[in-house]
Amino acid sequence: MENTDHLLQFTIPQLLRWRVATSGDKVALREKDFGCWNSYTWNEYFALVRKTGLGLREIGLAREDKIAIISDNIPEALFIAIGAQAVGGISSAIYQTSLPDEIGGILDYLNVTVVFCNDQEQVDKVVEVRDRLPQVKKVIYEDPRGMRDYRDDDWFMFIGDLYKLGEELHQREKDLFQTLVDQGKPDDVCHLCLTSGTTGLPKGAMLTHRNYISMGLHLTEVDPLEETDEYVSFLPFAWIGEQMNSFGVAMATGIAVNFPESVETAMEDLKEIGPHFMFGAPRIYETIRSQIWLKMDESYWLNRKFYAYFMKVGERAAGYRMSGKKMPAGLQVLAWLGKQIIFRPLVNQIGLLRLRRAYTGGAALGPELFTFYQALGVNLKQIYGQTEIVGIAYMHRDGDVRPDTVGKPLPGTECRISEEGEILSRSASVTPGYYKLPDKTAELLEGGWLHSGDAGYIDDHGHLVVIDRISDVMHNQGGEMFSPMFLENRLKFSPYIKEAVIFGDKMAFVAALINVDPIVVGKWAEDRGISFSTYMDLSAQPEVAELIKGEVAKINRNAEKDHFRICRFAILYKLLDMDDGELTKTGKIRRKFVREKYNDLYEALYDDNVTEKRVEAFYRYQDGQTATVDTTIRFYTMEDCPWPTYSN
Amino acid sequence: MTQLIVSEATLTFGGLNALTKVDVTIEPGIITSIIGPNGAGKTSLLNCISGFYHPTSGRIRYGQRNLTHASPHQISTIGIARAFQNLELFRGLSVLDNLLLARHQNLDYSIFHAVIYCGKAARIEAENRAYVEKVIDFMELEPYRKKMVGNLSYGVQKRVEVARALTLAPNLLLLDEPMAGMNIEEKEDIVRFILDLKKEWGITVVLVEHDLGVVMDISDRIYVLDFGEVIGSGTPQEVAANPKVIEAYIGEE
Repeated sequence: MENTDHLLQFTIPQLLRWRVATSGDKVALREKDFGCWNSYTWNEYFALVRKTGLGLREIGLAREDKIAIISDNIPEALFIAIGAQAVGGISSAIYQTSLPDEIGGILDYLNVTVVFCNDQEQVDKVVEVRDRLPQVKKVIYEDPRGMRDYRDDDWFMFIGDLYKLGEELHQREKDLFQTLVDQGKPDDVCHLCLTSGTTGLPKGAMLTHRNYISMGLHLTEVDPLEETDEYVSFLPFAWIGEQMNSFGVAMATGIAVNFPESVETAMEDLKEIGPHFMFGAPRIYETIRSQIWLKMDESYWLNRKFYAYFMKVGERAAGYRMSGKKMPAGLQVLAWLGKQIIFRPLVNQIGLLRLRRAYTGGAALGPELFTFYQALGVNLKQIYGQTEIVGIAYMHRDGDVRPDTVGKPLPGTECRISEEGEILSRSASVTPGYYKLPDKTAELLEGGWLHSGDAGYIDDHGHLVVIDRISDVMHNQGGEMFSPMFLENRLKFSPYIKEAVIFGDKMAFVAALINVDPIVVGKWAEDRGISFSTYMDLSAQPEVAELIKGEVAKINRNAEKDHFRICRFAILYKLLDMDDGELTKTGKIRRKFVREKYNDLYEALYDDNVTEKRVEAFYRYQDGQTATVDTTIRFYTMEDCPWPTYSN
Repeated sequence: MTQLIVSEATLTFGGLNALTKVDVTIEPGIITSIIGPNGAGKTSLLNCISGFYHPTSGRIRYGQRNLTHASPHQISTIGIARAFQNLELFRGLSVLDNLLLARHQNLDYSIFHAVIYCGKAARIEAENRAYVEKVIDFMELEPYRKKMVGNLSYGVQKRVEVARALTLAPNLLLLDEPMAGMNIEEKEDIVRFILDLKKEWGITVVLVEHDLGVVMDISDRIYVLDFGEVIGSGTPQEVAANPKVIEAYIGEE
């Protein structure tokens, strides 16, 4: 493999320029629009970045000024980000699902001077907090639809007009852009990435050009990518998981980035592109698996028989493949047969046939899910890292996939476990700190190591094992330790359970609030002739409760320790939701908030006299309207888990 | 921009008057709503405009043209399109095919071109597809492009129905209860589409709708029908204050 270390001396815009020089006519970006895939070569990519960058300079973006992107995944978001970086600005991105108030707070905290929105929906949110944002000079939008009422206000600007401004400046001063790009240093901060913040306001991690490029290079040192490889960009751009690919990996390797037509069509578009590598949160892989199960369930009997048989074969083969051991010849033949007969067509249906590697990160994934994908022939691997170290710092190697670990450090990454059991890392990808938060920075980088806040250990094979957030680990009344996330993941591996919240800190036993999966359980109920209207109604069906009880009992039987057993549970009447503040933008549970919001239920879970309780369900619809519905929640006690004797 | 004038239109079925001397003027570039209780003659009026029925007496003029006795297919070629209350879609075809089919009158290549499929035929098909894609983008139907219409939810089918009317590139769009049976979010979407149609595509919209909240919000002009007669017309404020209208809707004290 060619040595790519010299790329570390570049900034992202300089690296883009280098790509143009080496493979200018190759496709760099592709976007589906009006039903067609339109491509941009590296030449066109660079020209658009130049227009955007110079345009931003014309509207007053100075060196170290901040620009915020609130956008779906579209090429223009990249033009704006890299354009801003090229002229010395600093980009940042905000989740599209953020509410106006949050957006106002973030724009204020980051001192943003220019905002980029993809459509009217996002522009409207910025307009709502306009009074609070005197420093914002311009709001640039990409889709002119619905913007007619803003046209006369010069606070807003259509991206086409920005290109025009940039092009005019370029015609006047031909060398200006090159000079500006040359002025960039690899250690300059180029992006402020918001950390998800399970508690309080998000923090902006300052990331440098070198942080991103180094991550991209080191990742591909382990898992090489070809210039002809494809990647589909469907994760939120505000998440490090997307940026590390579209800034870091794509620039470092020259792969093509594909943008879906809309958020809703991402999975369809994925099928059309057939990416070679993919990254996603566990939720995506859980959804795909549910889809596969549903498809198989609806298939004809011969297919189902083949599937059931070869799944067993595949799982055995996966065991060998994951540990890198050699398979017995008989199994090898059977596994090959299964692949040809059922798994290849199946995987092709979901668009993952060309996939060489799939990464999961952001949260833990049930070990069974690894086996499932590996059995199908999809090389799913766990990664681990934080925003502060550009997403990936630890990763499974091919042929060494251990479902309970997160793999080994990437080249150039050092790992250490502190005396308190905290995971510490050090590499060229570690952030110089949080924006405007010196105290937090000092805490984060104490002693020159990146403090992850996660508890973990290194196992006998040199793999890192992550237990949970140090602050989340719970102890029961008897002082025995358990990790709520670990137990929640166990529950979530059941296809019928979408989300779960575990309680039990300083209590006698572990209890859970459970969300059933609307699609899978909905179908299950339909198949059995159980009628239901809404999600709330479905959740309240006694048959559904029996089903969930069975699932919990299964998990309890396999519990490693007695105090891991879930003794009582209730089925929640609504799905936990980001908009209600119950989940973070990356889909993690806001434990404290949920505990307070459902305090009624929490108390009933720990009161064995209560078998049902009337509660007022409070809904907030997407348009901000609210409604209250009366409902009865039932509480179930597991038989195999006797009421602990030391209970008060 | 063309004005549509219905003057003294009367429609009789046997001895029953569905419409009695109805005078309605549809001004170009605005949203005109037609409301009224069930059986008031709203759909009959739309049927007369779109040529399914012909008024027993009276006239319908669209600009310089007399539409009183024009047939539906003639009307569809002069820029008037209609979305039906009861979906008139091919349930077994995909959304895309339904929309492409609606543009069949633009397919003016010969059977010879169609067989060899190059030159003119390919060009025209591509143009049609491009136009249909514009409509798909506008109505936000991308996720359903290749899905069979019969398998889609009712709200989405309604959207496809409006899209089908739009693929005719009309100047005047007749919408017959586009929001019936929809939930709040779907209704909001349709309202947004209708407003965007007026303001960005410059299409004249005639809306028959029962949801008075929506009608009052988005209409520029309203006609109220009751027992086949126009009992009131004007801006939403004027109509809401009209005692006859209040009586028709709420009844006498």
